[in-house]
Amino acid sequence: MGTDKKSEPLNRVDGRAKVTGKAKYFAEFEVPGVTYCVLVTSAITRGTINTINTKDAERAPGVLAVFTHLNMPVIPGWANPANPNAKPPSGGEKYQILGSNKILFNGQPIALVIADTLERAQYAASLVKATYNKATHQTDLLKNTEKAAMPGRFGDYSRGDNKEAHKTAPVTLEADYTVPVEVHNPMELAGILAIWEGEDKVTVYAKTQGVKATQRTLAGAFKLEEKNVSVHSEFVGGGFGMGLRTWPQEVAVVAAARQLKKPVKLVMTREQMFNLVGHRPYTIQRISMGANKDGQLQGIYHEATAETASYDDFTEGTVAMTRFMYACPNVTTKYRIVPLDRGVPIWMRGPGEATGAFALESAIDEMAHKVNMDPVEFRVKNFTLTDPEKNKPFSSNNLKKAYQLGSEKIGWSKRNATPGAVKDGEWLVGYGMSTGVFGAHRGESTCRAQLNADGTLVLQSATSDIGPGTSTAMVQIAHEVTGLPIKQIRFELGDAALPPSGSQGGSATVSSVGSAVYDACMALKGVLADAGLTFEDGAVKPAAGKSAGLPQVLAASNKQFFEITKSSKGGPEQQKYSMYSFSIHFAEVRVHPLTGVVRVKRVVTVADSGRIVSPKTAASQMIGGVTGGIGMALMEEGVIDHRFGRMVNKNLGDYHVPVSADVPHIETIFIDEPDPYSNPMGSKGMGEIALIGFSAAVANAVYNATGKRIRELPITPDKILSA
Amino acid sequence: MKDDQLMNEEHSGTSRRSFLKRTSLMTAMALAPETVIKAAEKGLDEKIAATIETMPLNVTINGVKQSVRIEPRVTLLDLLRERLQLTGTKKGCDHGQCGACTVHIDGERVNACLTLAVTTEGRDVTTIEGLAKGDELHPMQEAFLEHDGFQCGYCTPGQIMSAICCIREGHADTPDEIREYMSGNICRCGAYSNIVDAIMDVKQGGKKV
Repeated sequence: MGTDKKSEPLNRVDGRAKVTGKAKYFAEFEVPGVTYCVLVTSAITRGTINTINTKDAERAPGVLAVFTHLNMPVIPGWANPANPNAKPPSGGEKYQILGSNKILFNGQPIALVIADTLERAQYAASLVKATYNKATHQTDLLKNTEKAAMPGRFGDYSRGDNKEAHKTAPVTLEADYTVPVEVHNPMELAGILAIWEGEDKVTVYAKTQGVKATQRTLAGAFKLEEKNVSVHSEFVGGGFGMGLRTWPQEVAVVAAARQLKKPVKLVMTREQMFNLVGHRPYTIQRISMGANKDGQLQGIYHEATAETASYDDFTEGTVAMTRFMYACPNVTTKYRIVPLDRGVPIWMRGPGEATGAFALESAIDEMAHKVNMDPVEFRVKNFTLTDPEKNKPFSSNNLKKAYQLGSEKIGWSKRNATPGAVKDGEWLVGYGMSTGVFGAHRGESTCRAQLNADGTLVLQSATSDIGPGTSTAMVQIAHEVTGLPIKQIRFELGDAALPPSGSQGGSATVSSVGSAVYDACMALKGVLADAGLTFEDGAVKPAAGKSAGLPQVLAASNKQFFEITKSSKGGPEQQKYSMYSFSIHFAEVRVHPLTGVVRVKRVVTVADSGRIVSPKTAASQMIGGVTGGIGMALMEEGVIDHRFGRMVNKNLGDYHVPVSADVPHIETIFIDEPDPYSNPMGSKGMGEIALIGFSAAVANAVYNATGKRIRELPITPDKILSA
Repeated sequence: MKDDQLMNEEHSGTSRRSFLKRTSLMTAMALAPETVIKAAEKGLDEKIAATIETMPLNVTINGVKQSVRIEPRVTLLDLLRERLQLTGTKKGCDHGQCGACTVHIDGERVNACLTLAVTTEGRDVTTIEGLAKGDELHPMQEAFLEHDGFQCGYCTPGQIMSAICCIREGHADTPDEIREYMSGNICRCGAYSNIVDAIMDVKQGGKKV
């Protein structure tokens, strides 16, 4: 792919559909006779439904059905689970939506009301009345730490001879960090639209990050062949992780549609999305760290304890970064989960790594201050080119260059190392920085390439685009391999019938699907060569010594088009090297000493993520991650009233996400050097690193501005004032 | 019966529906009591009530006159999305907290989710579908495309409708002013930085919006 060549910044190939309102999201497909489902949810947090009165709802106009645990159609694949006694290691019992009268968390669906119009369904849902037998609930992690269990994944880790180095080194610190519940809140509301043809064939329009994953879930739930489950999801209005599952209420709607023999659409309310489509788990962390007086790290102990649901174990890589990020001889990490009476969490952008990086990168900043070193210098001193966890070289690592470029751009040399020393009018000024890292994953993916007689190239893969610009990147890769003009290339995705690919998550799409696109286009070159054709000067031309062009060759062989399908996955180099994508975030903040308000004034963020395939959409992804990071740092928190076990701010007025006025101009820098081993493009993932670590950069800047170290997110004015 | 009396009925615990049922039944009963009682048994009373509960609405949307019968509780947003298939206007919260449903009513930006459709009688509504002239994009659409002022695209129609009014209102002179006056439109993908650039570009380009 001429890996030294830089890619051109392209406008999104599907941008026109998005700016004209023509892009259709799952709830927007016109289906004759569609009916509307509204969820009724539990008012208690744990216990049982005593009575549920659906009579008034059933006789309300337009109502087709009210399903509760008393009459919910059986979901055949769920009826006899492979191991009925299987329980999550953390305890508890399995949750089956409307499967019994048990309530396991607040906001759990207790009825589906289906009517011929949305308004009628909404009104009828208001008529469903339940009485409950309440049981004592547990939603407060801090009061349930004795239930902490070691999950099956992310077990304990330890290296080094001196397990106590974090306590016995010349300079030590110990601190606790808290990351609250955060909720993805993509702008598009979650749900599903299901249309059955008979009993054995179903089409769904879904809000999903993986059309194949949704197909598998539904095929399993309804015991269907996968080919009889059509899943469409061409445009997805954001996901950030919440679309990595096909949620129980969505499966229930598909079951209801089968029972009613009518198309059914569910669009959840924003409030319901705070309980029913996952969240970033509340997590407490302890870090102990020891260093020599010259700043050489000697030991790190990192322990994280996160919430999960009583009915399902959710785990993520919260302590992963600590194991390999710095050249530290003695490292111990522990990860525990605590089952609570809450809906199950799910990966939220940057996932556990972002939670862990807040703690680690805050602690690194604290240690740098303790040894009187500049935080950038401190990181450089503890830099390693070999992954100390896996004992393998990094496939590529340009962090030192990234530190330098970012420092220059933000004007790091202007930073006063003494906290609270710089003012701008009434405001205290501070600079902070941090590092982010995430695995450069590559999964197996398949792409079909079809070259038509008119020279247009169609590429197909069952991947998704939740916003990063998948199609644009894929078209760009195909353009660079074939030389065909961008306008002649089309990429099709979001349909489970297309050649299989993984879900869009874990920053792996360009690496995985892009490689398949690359391989398919390279294979197409071979097909053309066999037919006496070649890609040349942006067109398909007769090969040397041949005279027939593409249309003639196709016509002569009675073909409409050339096609080839290629499956692609990483080779042995994936095992040989440790592959990570890195980011460095620099933030300049203003803190108002009287009100405690923190404003992010300027951001420079540097991505060391291999070669940049699509510079324009990549830059957008970086500024988007930083924006999410501003939310994590300063405002986002799902507040639970533990007396009732209920989230109290489950709407966008009370759960604050960043708005335009919260976000300054964000400058992005790409190292843009190919990774020799990651994939044919030399690219590495970007979606997670854009956010990972950013909250620590803000916290560190707040410390530089005020001398106050806030270890509990979000950094709200009350915490500044009371620190 | 007047509206305020209806309100009082509701407040005294009699629902609007049962009230309407009663009145329609009473009217009918004067004509043919036995038939009416049978009708009520078959649930026909609900059908009568449903008919009474819809109202005519005449509204111009993107230059096209629309005449529909709708229930007064239907929002402009649901009218657009569920009945007129104008799905470019998005539902993000249904509470006026996110701005995804921003449309223009008589040239001003409004949250369609907080607007009962019947209140647009005789008014002019413009949605994202009404901005481009054929294949020629509105300058704001062009600028969003050029500056990559979006990612997933879901908040984009609302952002663009809002951005046009931000300039029309005279609130787009500086990036900070744009940030303030665009803060009613949430973009969770975090494209704000590019959105501000796009609006500044259109403002400085001086094209009529």
